[in-house]
Amino acid sequence: MTAASKQPFGAASYLSRPSTMVGPARRKRFIALFALLPALVIFCAFWLLPFSRLIMMGAGADPSSGVSAYLTILTHRQYLISLATTVGLSLVVSLVAVAIAGVAGFFLARQRFFGKSILVAILTFPLAFPGVVVGFLVIMLGGRQGALAQTSLWLFGERWMFAYSLAGLFIGYLYFSIPRVITTVMAACDNLDQSLEEAARSLGANTWQVTKDVIVPGIAPALLSTGAICFATSMGAFGTAFTLGTRLSILPLNIYGEFTNYANFAMAAALSVVLGVITWMALSLARRLAGGNLGASV
Amino acid sequence: MKSRLRFTLQLGFTLLVCLFMIVPVVMSVMAGLTENYFVGLESGLTLRWVNEVWQLYADTIWLSIKLALACLLITILIGVPAAYGLLRSRRRWANAIEELLLLPVAVPGLATALALLLAYGSYREFRGSWLFILVGHVLFTLPFMVRAVLSVMQTAKLPQLEEAAASLGASFRQRFFGVVIPNCMSGILAGALMVVTLSIGEFNITWMLHTPLTKTLPVGLADSYASMRLEIGSAYTLIFLVMVVPLLVAIQWAGRLTEQRR
Repeated sequence: MTAASKQPFGAASYLSRPSTMVGPARRKRFIALFALLPALVIFCAFWLLPFSRLIMMGAGADPSSGVSAYLTILTHRQYLISLATTVGLSLVVSLVAVAIAGVAGFFLARQRFFGKSILVAILTFPLAFPGVVVGFLVIMLGGRQGALAQTSLWLFGERWMFAYSLAGLFIGYLYFSIPRVITTVMAACDNLDQSLEEAARSLGANTWQVTKDVIVPGIAPALLSTGAICFATSMGAFGTAFTLGTRLSILPLNIYGEFTNYANFAMAAALSVVLGVITWMALSLARRLAGGNLGASV
Repeated sequence: MKSRLRFTLQLGFTLLVCLFMIVPVVMSVMAGLTENYFVGLESGLTLRWVNEVWQLYADTIWLSIKLALACLLITILIGVPAAYGLLRSRRRWANAIEELLLLPVAVPGLATALALLLAYGSYREFRGSWLFILVGHVLFTLPFMVRAVLSVMQTAKLPQLEEAAASLGASFRQRFFGVVIPNCMSGILAGALMVVTLSIGEFNITWMLHTPLTKTLPVGLADSYASMRLEIGSAYTLIFLVMVVPLLVAIQWAGRLTEQRR
C-alpha cells in the first residue's frame, strides 16, 4: 500500500535544484531577474493589473439590488441556482469522465492488440478541439438533424433531441474531458510498478481485489488530479455552452449575458472573480496532487 | 476463459467510447462534403461548401495564422529567458513566479478577457486592432512555452555544461546562445507546437476581444454555426481540422522525441 501510493510523476522534479553556480551568486541572481523581467512586465501590465481592477469592480453596487455585487450573488436565488447548477454539472461530468476513461485508459495501457494505436489516437486527438467545435459536434449528435434524431425518426417516427439542454452540455463536457483523463490514466498506469500486482496475485488475490487494492490506490493521485482538471475546465467552458444556446443558466453564460445584454459590469466582474477563484482552487489541487499537467480551458 | 471474456468486455467498452468520440467528427466531415445533408449522401459529394467557406471566411483563417505566428514569436522571445530565469532563481521564488504566470490559464478565458476589456477597452485604437487579441493569446499560451522549456532545461544538466563553458572563458552571451539555447531546442519545439495549436483554437478570450474587423477562425466558426446552414458550418470545421490535426500529430512526435532524449 505505501509503495503503491507513491506519487506517479512530476512532483520531484523541482526538488533537484543545482548547487553549482557560474560566477558570484549576486550576479547570478541579477541575471535570473533580468531574464524574467519581460515576462513579468507583460504579465503585470496585462493580467495582474486588469484582474485586480476586476476584483475591485465586483465590489461595486449591483444596479438592481443596490448592494455590492458579491453580496448580491450570495443573496439572490437566481445567481445561487446558476452557481449550484454549474458546480453540480461540472462535478458529475468529472466523475463520469474519470470512471469511463479510467476503465478505457487502463485497458489501453495494459493490453497489446492489433489496432491499439488507432484507438489511442481517436481517443486523444479531440484534446485540441476548441469548445465551439465540441458544441457543434454535440449538435451533430443530438441536434435537429443529429444522429439521434435521424435514428429515432427512422425507428419511432419522431425526432429526439438533447443538444440544447443541460443534457447537451453534459455530453459536450464529457466529450472534451474523456481525452484528458485517458492520457493521464495511461501515463499513470505506465508508471505503476507491475510487480506489485504480480505479488498480490501470487498471494491469491483475484482480479477485482487487485484492481481495488493495488491499481486504484496506485493511480489515485492521477485520477484525482485529472478529475480536478476536468472540473475546472467544465466550470469555465464558455465556447461549448455558447454554441449550444445562450438561454441556459450557467456561470459563463451569465457573465456573458450580464456584460453584453445588461451592461452590468459590476455583476459580470463579480461572477468572473467567483468563477476564477473556483477554477484556480481546483487546478491548484490538481497540481499539488500530480505536477506537470497544466490543463487548458476550452 | 474468464480472462478472455474480460478482455472482450473491456475491448467492447473501449470501442464504444471510441465511437462516441469519432462518430460526430465523421458526421461533421461528411456533412461538409455532401451536396445536401438533409437529403443525405445520395445528393452527391461536393467541394462547393468548402469553396463557399473560403469565399466567406478566408480572412479569419489568415488572421488566425498571423496571430499564432506572432504569438509564437513573442512567447519564444520572453518565454525562453523566463524559463532560464526560473531555473536560476531560488526555488521558493521560482515556484511563486510560475504560479503567477499560470493564473491566465487557471482562470477562465472569459474572466481574463473581461479584465482586459474593462482596463484597456477605452483605448480605441488598441481595442480595434488585432494586437488586442494577441495580448490575450500571449497571456494564455506563455505558461505552456515556459513549462516545456523549463522541463528540458532541468533534465539537460545545464549548470554543469554552463560551468564548463565558463571555465573555458565563455561570456554570458556566448553561454546563453551557444550552450543554453541549443540544449533546450527540443523543449522550444514542443512548446512552440503547443503555443500554435492553442492560439489557433483559442475562443473564450478571443470572442470577447474581437471586433467585426478582427475575427479569428474560431470566432468565424461560432458565427457560421449560429447563422449559416449546417453544410457550411461543417465544411468550416473540416478546414479547421485539416489545420489542427497535423499540429497534434507533430506534438505527439515531439513528445516522443523528448522522452527518448531522457
